[in-house]
Amino acid sequence: MEIRQIELEVMRYDPEKDKQPWFQQYTVPCQEDWAILDALNYVKDNLDTTLAYRWSCHMMVCGSCGMMVNGEPSLTCKTFVRDLPGKVRVEPLENFPIERDLVVVLDDVMQKLHKVQPYIIRKDDPPPEGVEYTQSRGALAKFKQLTMCINCMCCYSACPQYGLDNNFIGPAALALAHRYNLDSRDQGKSQRLDILADHDGVWDCSFVGACSEVCPKHVDPAAAIQQMKIDGALEFWKQKLGFPGGES
Amino acid sequence: MKHIQADVVIVGAGGAGLRASIAIAEANPDLEVALISKVYPMRSHTCAAEGGAAGVKRSDDSLEMHFNDTVSGGDWLCDQDVVEYFVEQAPRELVQLEHWGCPWSRDEDGSVAVRPFGGMKKERTWYAADKSGFHILHTLFQTSLQHPSIKRYDEFFALDLIQEDGKCRGVVALEMRSGRYFHFSGKAVILATGGAGKIFPFTTNGAIKTGDGMAMAYRAGVPLKDMEFVQYHPTGLPGTGILLTEGCRGEGGVLVNKDGYRFLQDYDMGPETPLGKPVFKSMELGPRDRLSQAFWHEQKKGNTVETAWGDCVLLDMRHLGAQRILERLPLVHELAKSYVGVDMITDPVPVRPVVHYMMGGIDTNINGETPMPGLFAIGETACGSLNGANRLGSNSLTELLVFGKRAAATAAQYAADTDGPANQADLDEQAEAIVSRIRELLQCNGDETISGIRREMMNSLEEGAGIYRDEEGTEAACKKIAELQVRSASIEVNDKSNVFNTDLQGLLELQNMLDVAECVAEASNARKESRGAHQRMDYVERDDENYLKHSQSFRQPGERPRIGWLDVTITRSQPGVRDYSGGKK
Repeated sequence: MEIRQIELEVMRYDPEKDKQPWFQQYTVPCQEDWAILDALNYVKDNLDTTLAYRWSCHMMVCGSCGMMVNGEPSLTCKTFVRDLPGKVRVEPLENFPIERDLVVVLDDVMQKLHKVQPYIIRKDDPPPEGVEYTQSRGALAKFKQLTMCINCMCCYSACPQYGLDNNFIGPAALALAHRYNLDSRDQGKSQRLDILADHDGVWDCSFVGACSEVCPKHVDPAAAIQQMKIDGALEFWKQKLGFPGGES
Repeated sequence: MKHIQADVVIVGAGGAGLRASIAIAEANPDLEVALISKVYPMRSHTCAAEGGAAGVKRSDDSLEMHFNDTVSGGDWLCDQDVVEYFVEQAPRELVQLEHWGCPWSRDEDGSVAVRPFGGMKKERTWYAADKSGFHILHTLFQTSLQHPSIKRYDEFFALDLIQEDGKCRGVVALEMRSGRYFHFSGKAVILATGGAGKIFPFTTNGAIKTGDGMAMAYRAGVPLKDMEFVQYHPTGLPGTGILLTEGCRGEGGVLVNKDGYRFLQDYDMGPETPLGKPVFKSMELGPRDRLSQAFWHEQKKGNTVETAWGDCVLLDMRHLGAQRILERLPLVHELAKSYVGVDMITDPVPVRPVVHYMMGGIDTNINGETPMPGLFAIGETACGSLNGANRLGSNSLTELLVFGKRAAATAAQYAADTDGPANQADLDEQAEAIVSRIRELLQCNGDETISGIRREMMNSLEEGAGIYRDEEGTEAACKKIAELQVRSASIEVNDKSNVFNTDLQGLLELQNMLDVAECVAEASNARKESRGAHQRMDYVERDDENYLKHSQSFRQPGERPRIGWLDVTITRSQPGVRDYSGGKK
């Protein structure tokens, strides 16, 4: 298999000894079918064991290896050497504090995922044990794409609003809330409304759509957030005018 | 050292650990659960499972049939009381996930759909397209967030167990972000750390699958059971080892050799079935061990296809059509396209067998109890003997639910009935000794490297304990691993930072893998018969007289492990012939 020498420029930062991040160059002999993650693994195994980064599945599903590649938030197992001519620059995901090298601090987004109550909330009893809900294929299709989020956090890295003010709940967590709101088995939409319609919720989104562009799983959080704005406005007026229900 | 007190400490936050956490929180919210994981829960390798989870659903199916498929699939090395409980609980657990929001694929009438799978006599594999494990993991993680009694410790690397008078009392872990050590005291400890596929060079397993829990239990004196049984999945992508789900064949994909011939019919799995109309338990729906072994023979005969990544056979899905592939197998379609540049809608995909799953693991019984009181194990890291000598596809996702719940109940009861430790000072001393061991590692000098020793370990297992084995090979692997154990003491950790030190973590993982690898090699050497995934060229027949037994690997510090044997529990199915011939005979 053909080998191409790639100049890899990797951001390094160890808070115990570096005042600020810096770049280290590595020359990596890459196979033509390699992803950027393979090049990082080559560095780790052969050139420099001190480089820190997260990875696991190498099949686009665990969400660990989100990083900036040539300035774009990317899953490095899904970003191929063959598509990147010239030098390749790898940095930690933007908009997050750097923990070490390519590893970022995820505490804030983990709390946000928690905050939107991403689980089935029922007002009525669920079916008895062992009896499933009926859910039509159409009802499943309404939210299915939103379940594809792997929490790689590339969307937060792309989001200009989150970059300005990290109180904003942000794309992945809002899309997750919408996923449950749209699930025919869920009755928690009004309970989530207080969080989502809060000033840090959907209304903070300036609809740049960068989140959807970088999403490696085509989740389209931007569209979800716009739908939620409409839902939120409707819900607000329904409650204001005293209409019954309010759940879809 | 920071001290954390909990009622139940769970190590591993994948499917099994999360299911157990939720079960404890639901049953008794007053019990504090400390859920430790070396990665964020969503990163756990459960996410990579594709095809689905088995549980009887259709009216033409029965628990009896699921039982028989599992026991014969496991070549009668399953404990049958465990299988009975499993098949009975399976549907209930899968519906429970449905109640928690799992986006299962649906039939026309809105009920959950099921698909055929290898070695199964009926359609009974519940699926969410080809991301079933991913959806199960995320559903469990999200559901767990509503339980305040589950306190998570994400990115904590568990080091070793703490014990008092032979009872497990807790675990010491390293917080990755700070380098601080934590002593987790618990009345019960549940290990749910997953498999150890990374001991082999070519595997579907993610980087994190380094057998940490197995090694911790082993070092604490708990035996590992049936470690010789390593499952090769027949359809991995060459190069990366990425899994192409058995669902590909369940939906009707076929395997052909370089001549376009469906070679499985030559290995007692015929007659050839009509294209696109798979027949249960024959040809492409045979069990994984048989299919992987058939590949080995085809390769010897020179019938495989040469590719840039080595010898392969071809998985042909073209007759399924674009719509079915994109609807039911979207992930594998994307993976094949991205990693080997093949569009399965228009071309056959090169595949080869790839290490996928450890049937063996920490010796447990039906309750998830290990021989050490207070220590429990679930999921792939455990060997509760559901899977015997060969696991059927789609039984493992259900296994982690059924036994995650059951072990949680047992552990919670144990915790409630158990007093605190008699001598806390002694436990603290043990914890300090564990930390000292790690600090010494950071001071080691020498010219060995993590990647070098790891490579030698992987290659020796592949050569000596691969799809087919013989005495010469297994013996060589045993000696090699013993040598590597010694040499690993001369690895220098270059990274001296306290913050997210993946160099140190890599060394700790390597040590864990070497412990697991020595059991795989030694148990493969000791079992002088062929059964399921363990095939010996020097002992080609199954030998029920001498080896209808589980192997147990016991650690002997400084020496090769000692192998013991344990009876198999048989309730109603006497060992018989595994028939995947589709009635050809």
